[in-house]
Parts: sequence; C-alpha cells; structure tokens
Amino acid sequence: MASIGKIARRTFLFGAVAVAGGAAFGFYKLTQTPPNPLNPDDGALNPFVVINADGITLIAPRAEMGQGVHTTLPALVAEELDVALADIKVIHGPAAKAYFNQALLGAAFPVTDYKRKPWHDDTAHFLGNAAKFLDLQVTGGSTSTRDGFVKMREAGAAAREMLKDAAAEQLGVKSAELATENGAVIAPDGTRLPYADLAPAATKLKPRNVTLRDPSEWKTLGKSQPRTDMVGKSTGTATFGIDFRAPGMKFATVKMSPKRSSMRSFDPSDAILMDGVEKIIDLGDGFAVVATNTWLAFQAADAVRVEWDDAPYPADTDAQMAKIAEAFDTSPNSTGRNDGDVETASGDTISAEYSVPFLAHATMEPMTTAAKFTGDALEVWSPNQGPMLIRNWCADAVGLDPEQVTVHTMLMGGAFGRRGEVDFAVLAARVAREMPDTPVLVTWSREEDMRHDFYRPAAIARMSGKVQDGQITALDAQVAAPSPSHQAMARWLGREMGGPDAELTAGVADQPYGIPNYRTRGYLADLDVPVGFWRSVGASYGGFFFDGFIDELAHAAGRDPLEVRLELARREHAPSASVIEKVRDMSGWTGQTPAGIGRGIGFTYSFGTPVAQVIEVRDTDAGIKIDKAWIACDPGTALDPSIIHAQMMGGCIFGLSAATNGQITFTDGEVDQWNFPDYDGLRMHNAPEIEVAILENADGISGVGEPGTPPAAPALANALFDLTGQRARRLPLGLDYSLLI
Amino acid sequence: MARALTINGKTQTVNSPDNVPLLWVLRDELNMTGTKFGCGVASCGACTVHIDGEAVRSCQIAVADVWGDITTIEGVGTPDNLAHIQAAWIDHQVAQCGYCQSGQIMQAASLLAQIPTPTDQDIDDAMLGNLCRCGTYPRIRAAIKDAAARIQEA
Ligand code: FES
Ligand code: FES
Repeated sequence: MASIGKIARRTFLFGAVAVAGGAAFGFYKLTQTPPNPLNPDDGALNPFVVINADGITLIAPRAEMGQGVHTTLPALVAEELDVALADIKVIHGPAAKAYFNQALLGAAFPVTDYKRKPWHDDTAHFLGNAAKFLDLQVTGGSTSTRDGFVKMREAGAAAREMLKDAAAEQLGVKSAELATENGAVIAPDGTRLPYADLAPAATKLKPRNVTLRDPSEWKTLGKSQPRTDMVGKSTGTATFGIDFRAPGMKFATVKMSPKRSSMRSFDPSDAILMDGVEKIIDLGDGFAVVATNTWLAFQAADAVRVEWDDAPYPADTDAQMAKIAEAFDTSPNSTGRNDGDVETASGDTISAEYSVPFLAHATMEPMTTAAKFTGDALEVWSPNQGPMLIRNWCADAVGLDPEQVTVHTMLMGGAFGRRGEVDFAVLAARVAREMPDTPVLVTWSREEDMRHDFYRPAAIARMSGKVQDGQITALDAQVAAPSPSHQAMARWLGREMGGPDAELTAGVADQPYGIPNYRTRGYLADLDVPVGFWRSVGASYGGFFFDGFIDELAHAAGRDPLEVRLELARREHAPSASVIEKVRDMSGWTGQTPAGIGRGIGFTYSFGTPVAQVIEVRDTDAGIKIDKAWIACDPGTALDPSIIHAQMMGGCIFGLSAATNGQITFTDGEVDQWNFPDYDGLRMHNAPEIEVAILENADGISGVGEPGTPPAAPALANALFDLTGQRARRLPLGLDYSLLI
Repeated sequence: MARALTINGKTQTVNSPDNVPLLWVLRDELNMTGTKFGCGVASCGACTVHIDGEAVRSCQIAVADVWGDITTIEGVGTPDNLAHIQAAWIDHQVAQCGYCQSGQIMQAASLLAQIPTPTDQDIDDAMLGNLCRCGTYPRIRAAIKDAAARIQEA
C-alpha cells in the first residue's frame, strides 16, 4: 500500500496534468462508494439497474454520441442479468457522482499503456477514483467500455443475485437452488418468477459480492448486436438535443464575440422590430435573440449592429504559429521518453519539420441546449459529455446551488470532444434566466458553431533521426503546441492547472517501437487561442508527426516502410506487430505499386489500442482519389464487432476528412471558416472503401472511439508520397496535392 | 399568412411568415423534428425532404414557395411500419450519431425512385451533397444497394 499511497499523495493526473494535490483525498474517501442517486422504491437495485412494472431500464453512466455505448453498456448488463438486450431500455443518467468515469483519470496514469504491469492497473484504478471528487462524469477518452466493462457486468450480476435472494425468501429455498433465464428467476420445480414481480422485495435486500462469468460463457458479448438506437435514428423519431420541445417554448440563438472579447458597441434597434423577435439579451461578450422560430432568431441576430473588442491572442495564423514555434526556445514541459542516448547514437542524421493547423469539431448537430429557469430552480436539456460539470457551471451562471439544477442529457448529433465543454449549456442557462418560467431552446447557427469552437490545437514538430545499415538507430522528437488539458481543466474545475502535459507528445512518446535511442520532448506554447479535446486529442497530430517521420527514416534506410514498422513493433509489443502484419496481408502489401497508384501505411498506438491502416490512392483526371483503406485494430476484447467496425471506419474517415481539407485559420482575430463549404469533410464520392479486421491478442480491453483517427493522416500522406515522390509535412494535404474534392 | 401545406398526405395549416424556410416551419411550428438542421446553406443535406417526390433542401425553400406535396422522414415509414429503405438501413446498422440519417434516407429514397438499381457512380452522384461527420458512407452505400434489391423483390 505504501507505494500507492505515495503516488496518490503526490499528484493526480489527467492527461498527466496535475489536477489536484493528493492530500485532498485520503484513501478512505477514494474507495468510498458514492450514494445511489435513484430511489429503491422506483425499482432501483443499484445506480444502474431499475426493474419495475415498466420493464428493465439501464441508467447509462455514459452518453450516446454515436459511438454505440447505449448498446454495449446494456449488453454488459444483459450478459449477467440473463435478459435479452432488446428487453433493456437505456436512458441517460442524471448528474450524480455515482456515474463518475474511473477509467478517464486512471488512463492518465503515467506509465505507457502497453508497458503497464498489473500493479500499475491497480494503481490507475485507485487514482481513477478521484474522478468522483472532480465531478468527472465524463464521456470521453475512449473510456466508456473500459470503465463499464467490469462495472456494468457487476451491476447486472448484483441485481440478478438480489432478485434470486428475493425469490429464495418467497419460496423458502436457498438462493443457490435457483436459476435465472430470460428475465425471470426459475424455481427448482421450473416455475418462472418474472423479475418485475420480484423487484419490489429485491430492492430492500443488500447486494452481495458477485463473481463475474467467464468470457467463455458469454451469450451476448462478443457478438454484434442490433443497436438499441438504430430504429429511432432510421425513422426520424430519435430525439436529439435540438429536437427538445415543451409547451410555450421559445426559440433562441446566440452570437458571441468571434474574437472572444467584449462588445465595443451594440445596437439591436432594427433587429428587435423584426418578425417573430421577442427579446434581445445583452450578454456582455455577445448577445442572444429570443424569437418564435429559430430561423427568425438567426435573421435578427445578423441584423444586430455590433463591434467587438480585440482578440486576447495573436490576430492571425502566422503570428499564432510563430508563437507556437517560440515554445521551442523554452525548457521542455514534459519529457515523454528518453531511451538510450540520441546524442551519441551513430548513423546518418535526417531532420524535418512538421506542422498541423487548428481544427474544428463540426458536429452534424450544431451546439444547442434548452433551459427553463423558475427563480429557485433550473432545468437543462443538453446533449453533453459531462453532466456534472454542466450542472455546476449552469448553477454558477444563474446564481443557484448545484442541487437546484437538473440536467437531462440528450442524444447527441456527434460530439468528438466538443460537448465535453460547458459553454453551450451555460449560455442557454443565462438566456433562460432572462425569460423566467419559459422554456427556451438555444440553437447555434452553423457559422456560430464553426467560429466558436475549442479547436484541436495547431502544433509544430521538429523531428530528427538517424539511420545506419538499414536500421533506424535514433529518433528525437520535439513537439510544441498549446495544451487543451490545461485550458479544459480551468474551464471544468475553475482552477488554472500547470505542470507537465503528456498529451503534448501523445502519439509520439508512447509508440510501441523498439528504437534503441528514442527521446521526446513536449513544449508548451503560451497561446490563448481556445483549444479543446478533439477526437484522439494529442495523438491526432502526434500520430502524423511520428508515423510520417518513421516513413521518411524507412526510406532513408532503404527499407520497405511496412517491414520497418513491423520490425520495430516486434521488439516492443507483439499485439502491435500483429495489426501491422494483418494490414499487410489484407492489402496484399508488396511494397510495389503500379504507376498511377500509391500506397501508404500508418500506425498509431493510442488509448490502449494499436491501429494500423493501409491507404491506397489513385490518380484520376479529377484529382487524386482515396480508393481504399484497410484497417486492423486490437482492442483486447471485442465486445461488439459491428460497433468496433463502425468506429474504426468512422474514425478513419474523420481523420482523412481533416487530413485532406481541414483547417481553421484566423484573420484579424476571427476564424476565417464559416460553414461546410469552407470546412468540408469527405463525402460519398471521395471516401474510401474500407475493410476492417479486429484482433484480440492484447490483454484486457481498450477503447475504439478515437484510435481509428490518428493513423489516417500519416497513412494518406505516406500514400501520396508513394504516388508522387513528393513528401508533404503539413496538413491539410489539399494544400500540397490536387485531391479529388 | 395562414397557408395550407400537404405533408405526408395530411393537410396542415401553418402561420409562419412567407420567407421562413420550410425546414423551420416543419421543425419549429409543426414540431416535426425528424428533418434536421445542419448548415442552412444547402451544403449538408440534413434537411432533405421530398416535394412531389423530388429530393430538395428544405433549408433553402421559403414556405411561400413550396410548390407541391411534401414528404418528410416521418412519412417514409414508422418504427412499426418500416419502409424497405429503412429496414435496409437498420439491417446494415448504418447510423452512428444518426443526425444526418434522415437526410441520407430521403436523398437515397429519391435516387431509388429514379434509378431502381443504381451503380456506384449513380450513388456517388446522388449522395455527395449529404455530409456525414461520423463517416457512415460505406454502410450507406451497402444499404442503398440492399434497399434496391428489396424494392425490386417487393
Ligand atoms: S441544413 Fe439544409 S443543406 Fe444543410
Ligand atoms: S451518423 Fe453522425 S453525422 Fe451521419
């Protein structure tokens, strides 16, 4: 215990950012179970499983944003509870500490994932408990199944045993004599006692310790399930945040400073006279228009005459990039890795500079939240990734206690990290406060959404390496970027957080490659452009820097780029080597491509999941087309192959969309991009055909929502190099190649 | 300003001002929220509905300019009575976040009405105006082909 105690007292880490001195939480508090926020009289057997006359309901601790958790989490419960997945209704949980995300903080434990020993995992689990004190009921970090893997099965098993105990009492037999099947306890004589009939008595019993079933006994897990949200989403009946309706509801929009500044002048006199407009609210750093219809609110917002103060950050992209480059002159914020000695390693030196731009999340559903303020209470209907944070900050914004705020998490039309912020909900709360007793739905225009994001940071890498006798003998990577972790912690917890941020060198420092001399350094850029978590966070750029440069070194060493990666991975992490072998075989990789065709491999280990991708491009009259992608991944345990396939496919397309076209630039302090015509994604005609293989050689279970994204950009860049002989070291690749758009 | 619209075979009276796009009449006046707002500038297809069977972007059509009968996703089929195309979408487990899918289905339905057995090129040409940030395109393509087969068989 001593060593764990020491670590716990020293620091808690989120993305290796110190978020709180460990002194705040003793061991007792860390291991204490938070109270069940549900009422046993309603049939709640624990914070997750409710059984009553309405059937079986799972109160999901994580939010559905497209990644399929509202299918996989109930499947975990169903497996132990002995019910059909289709018989479980899934709803988003309320804001409550019981739903904290242990894996999120645990994942930040500072030992490279693939090198963890069991004691590391125990420690990470223990550290992860801090999430409940930090109100981190967060969906993110590819942790939902990692966090729920044991928790949800235990919830199902505990409920099952309580139902059996209730039946045993009723029948006067021993619990061990009873079986469970398809939503009922089976008595020794074969009589079926439906769970719903037993639940009222069962909720009064104490849960027992349970032993989880061996995976070899699984009936539901490991097989593709029909998603619980699929019928609703295919019939227009799924209710997203933007679809919330209530009697007497008003429709509003906001226009906030595109320079993140205050209003210098504000004249709503024309706008207030426009059709349907009911109120225009001065919010200081912007304003809201309340109307009878969202579009009328948009029109009036455009008619308000407003001037903004200057931006608190350098006004244009060049000055911002210069500020990032300046960070290289400071001392490193973090040294992610330092194996061997890069300085004295022998070989020919190759150096290159890489860069990536800021990126928007651009969820299909723009930011939106509905709120109703009644003086002593606030109700919020928000598609969000962190309901506790939403509750706390909305309470703060309207002058209520958190207990006076109710948060309903709505289905999200995409999130990608954007809805882990709280701004959209806080603005809705502030608007609602000015409209007492009236529900108001605040919807952002696409332009507002695009220009008020917390962007994936722009970043620069200085890469250097050595090759000798066909081998990569050294790799020395320096990465400079602003830190989303630092910024988000301030936004989430209201405290400036300093310290090393391992995300700066994610995708660079943590790769399972046996390079004998391997050093990485992260430099923190002092830049206040708002940045946030974007699907795969630091690995989204680190993967491009690292893997693109590995490709360069392989060519410099005169080797096949796939073979080099395989050799390096074999020395360090067998499951990573296996995914590389798998894409080699799937794609029929020979290292040779006919004229007019290019192929590249990309590999990134992120969020505990190694993913390799081979991408094939083809020259056409209309531009270079991305024809095909082969993907192999290893999440350790594949709970639902169809969902994993979808996440790998979607993650790859998300990464390729950014790699081809995506960039957010600034002029005069404002974002230059407005809408999809200038910030587009891949579409049907230019998205590749995709094949996915799922391996299960790795230990444990890891996430799949993000790891499909990082290898896409380098795989494409490497394919374009193969096709053209020109290497681009900046994104988006559309700047340097004529791609099919 | 009251006007009558025929939506999914039913006549509805609406009162929104003339220039309000059909999308917002559906969503905010009639509370028919299956049709989605994505961009407002005809670049994402989330708002796609049919007017007299033709796929159109409802964010671009002022309510005063609606020229025929409107079909929305709610009129294509319901959870209890799925259209072939919706059944194909479900079998192929197309949706991720699902937000773009009403528009994708409306666009694909009009494609299949015009070209019962579309080629890959036909699918590309018809669907490229519909953005999906979750990247479901390969499954959409498979579902369209499957829906074509189901409709042929029916
Ligand atoms: S909302 Fe109409 S095309 Fe995007
Ligand atoms: S399924 Fe999410 S945008 Fe298409």
